[in-house]
Amino acid sequence: MTPKTEAELSEAIAAAQGPLAIRGGGTRAFAQAEGETLSTAGLAGITLHEPGALTLVAAAGTPLADIEAALEAEGQRLAFEPPDLRGLLGREGVSTIGGVVAANASGPRRIQAGACRDFLLGVRFVDGSGTIVKNGGRVMKNVTGYDLVKLMAGSHGTLGVLSEVSLKVLPKPEATAVLLIEGLGDDQAVAAMSAALGSPYDVTGAAHTQKGVDGAPVTMIRVEGFTPSVAYRAQALKEKLARFGDIAIEDDPEKTAAGWAWVRDVSQHVGQPGDVWRISVKPSDGPEVARRLPGAEVLYDWGGGLLWARVPEGSDVRGLLGDLPGHATRVRGGDAGIATFHPEPAPVAALSQGLRARFDPRGILNPGIMG
Amino acid sequence: MQMPQPDAGILERKARIVARLATAVSGGEVIHAPEETRAYECDALTAYKCPPMAVVLPSTTEEVSAVLAICHEEGVPVVPRGAGTSLAGGALPTADCVILGTARMNAVLETDYANRFIRVQSGRTNLSVTGAVEEEGFFYAPDPSSQLACAIAGNVAMNSGGAHCLKYGVTTNNLLGVTMVLMDGTVVEIGGAHLDAPGLDLLGVICGSEGQLGVVTEATLRILHKPEGARPVLIGYDSNEVAGACVSDIIRAGVLPVAIEFMDRPCIRACEAFAKAGYPDCEALLIVEVEGSEAEIQHQLDLIGEIARRHDPVELREAKDADEARRIWLGRKSAFGAMGQINDYMCLDGTIPVSSLPMVLRRIGELSGEYGLDVANVFHAGDGNMHPLILFDANKPGDLEKCEELGAEILKLCVEAGGCLTGEHGVGVEKRDLMGVQYAPEDLEAQMAVKDVFDPKWLLNPAKVFPLTVSQPRRAAA
Ligand SMILES: Cc1cc2nc3c(=O)[nH]c(=O)nc-3n(C[C@H](O)[C@H](O)[C@H](O)COP(=O)(O)OP(=O)(O)OC[C@H]3O[C@@H](n4cnc5c(N)ncnc54)[C@H](O)[C@@H]3O)c2cc1C
Repeated sequence: MTPKTEAELSEAIAAAQGPLAIRGGGTRAFAQAEGETLSTAGLAGITLHEPGALTLVAAAGTPLADIEAALEAEGQRLAFEPPDLRGLLGREGVSTIGGVVAANASGPRRIQAGACRDFLLGVRFVDGSGTIVKNGGRVMKNVTGYDLVKLMAGSHGTLGVLSEVSLKVLPKPEATAVLLIEGLGDDQAVAAMSAALGSPYDVTGAAHTQKGVDGAPVTMIRVEGFTPSVAYRAQALKEKLARFGDIAIEDDPEKTAAGWAWVRDVSQHVGQPGDVWRISVKPSDGPEVARRLPGAEVLYDWGGGLLWARVPEGSDVRGLLGDLPGHATRVRGGDAGIATFHPEPAPVAALSQGLRARFDPRGILNPGIMG
Repeated sequence: MQMPQPDAGILERKARIVARLATAVSGGEVIHAPEETRAYECDALTAYKCPPMAVVLPSTTEEVSAVLAICHEEGVPVVPRGAGTSLAGGALPTADCVILGTARMNAVLETDYANRFIRVQSGRTNLSVTGAVEEEGFFYAPDPSSQLACAIAGNVAMNSGGAHCLKYGVTTNNLLGVTMVLMDGTVVEIGGAHLDAPGLDLLGVICGSEGQLGVVTEATLRILHKPEGARPVLIGYDSNEVAGACVSDIIRAGVLPVAIEFMDRPCIRACEAFAKAGYPDCEALLIVEVEGSEAEIQHQLDLIGEIARRHDPVELREAKDADEARRIWLGRKSAFGAMGQINDYMCLDGTIPVSSLPMVLRRIGELSGEYGLDVANVFHAGDGNMHPLILFDANKPGDLEKCEELGAEILKLCVEAGGCLTGEHGVGVEKRDLMGVQYAPEDLEAQMAVKDVFDPKWLLNPAKVFPLTVSQPRRAAA
């Protein structure tokens, strides 16, 4: 089914006789639900873009690329840097803004600017009974009633099908510089990233790979802004981090953009065998996570707190992590006996299940994919 | 504004309930004498008052859990309270309720500079969170003007903002996790030192839920290193339209100031008379603050100056040093105090799209004339969060009612302009009965469904946020 309007979407859900697999572009779901496909591709188009108010409103099925192009034309961007996981997941298709929001897909800049949910100002959605609901709006500050906007971000279609989203956008910075340190071990790399993120220099990205493009470990620290400011902060960081080794500064716009796209899209693991897990911990626990995963190759983002770990097929990553506080989500491959999403503690799971039961009483929206 | 009738059955059982509550808190203290409960009869929305049946001030999550479990069994409504600075009546009691205050829970539990977070008990004041980390050069970013007094508990419940949220975001953008106790006493841990747990974003819906989903006892907050410096520039215009256009141009140019504050003429005059900040007598005044190293500050101020000059300002004054910076902020920071000196006032909090600023200000001017009440405007212009102050005389019969009517008209105007009823103060009781202006019945139903899940008996702060007629069936069923 491919409804063309919100009203048709509402009718389709109300009339559904069985489970529905909700699909934006099908490019980023970690798990596919069984059921009749309900596509949002028919709900497309940017309905409002006010560059001077930093806001954009679009139908949920609008291709992400269209939104990025419209913003680019005004020198703006989505600051949360949504990843493109098509390569990693081996998918084809057109990523939609609704899919980005439903997955709360956030890239390297999450550490400084915030996640997708932090830029989401309003939503319209259709719940599991076919009721159309709106929450939030298109203004930057809004505490009128409960924040269902955040609840919808990252709900993977299980509470309702998004029909429209409203986003805060930001100007593109004039310049970018990246500090590059080669050869650091994981612990040293995380220490360097922590020192950078704990500085006054407004770091907008901090990543480390155990295996860079030429096979050696590389640590990357990004600053963005006006040209003189970027030059000043890159130099200040270089001095602050001098004890970690030789530091090169890259400020070529194409090279820096390509480098961060590589991190954002987890290119390191594209076309490589094995399962891929996304693990979120406090940054100083990152290296310990890597040590507990035999045979893993790790890309660290978010200053060390987000690990993209490629592990041998069927690895029980959660079992291996044991008591380390955090979350592990399997994004690619693996054994059907291991849940995709991290199981929640019983009282929290009861709340999540309660919400699903209220918003989708018949249990027909992407059933089972989140647990 | 109406509140539900107190439940006579609960009041009859007061002695037993008080005795049971005494077993739940160390020291056994329960405040219940009328002369003492009066201290809790209202928050900063002082127009409405009602002493609670009893007040408990637990010290730990376990004690909160014990208190709530007892109230749950007894069917007693509970109103959580932080520092009582809510401007929306969020902490307003009913005569049959127990106030659960966080005043004794103010410990710092963990500070972690490498991972950039602090974990505190929720009764800790906003400013003292920064106080706990500033020696290492860090700070907690959300800075409501009430930060000396207000508690993190209230900040989380209201999703409070502050002058610097244009750059750093509001509470929800800086909150990493909470320990919360549900009405039946169940303790839940949501989020933590790591970012973005997969699963439903319960933290996102808890923040801003106005004490209706659970009692927050601990919070994990993001801390940041302080910038090297900050400096404001003062820009005066002879028209609100032009000042609005200047704000929009600054934002578009890619400068991201930490704050853009806007004052209109009535506000400028009052502040000037009160604080002698040296403000020009003009239609609209902007205070724009930028951060960074000295050179970065200068670069941004130059850009802002260039944009401002294109709009032909009547005044453009850059702070050259700390003293001048202080003087520029002095007037703005004393705005509420200045207004309080000359009048009683009601502070509104609607948000509008920045582009409709001139239209909304013009309409507010017209409405002010129609109602015969002066309105002074001071607000966070960068994000469209207005704070119209309606001046009235509480001693004059009928003035408060007239003021409330005008307030409602202004908030409806904000919604019509594409904005909302409240940008940072919350709904509480103050905007409760206007919720239907912004939301359709199905929208409110979806929000109430969340409360049904967290608090099935509707005992936590039940008479707030949703119009009483709308929440009536749920409250009655409990
Ligand atoms: C002079 C002045 C200036 C202000 N400036 C600003 C400003 O700039 N920005 C801004 O956003 N606000 C501002 N406020 C409003 C107010 O300070 C904020 O809403 C603040 O967050 C309230 O905190 P509190 O601790 O005083 O909460 P309270 O007033 O005690 O309670 C507020 C709400 O929180 C709930 N609550 C309290 N504790 C808990 C808990 N433990 N768990 C769950 N819910 C709880 C209460 O039930 C109530 O609904 C201002 C107020 C004043 C008086």
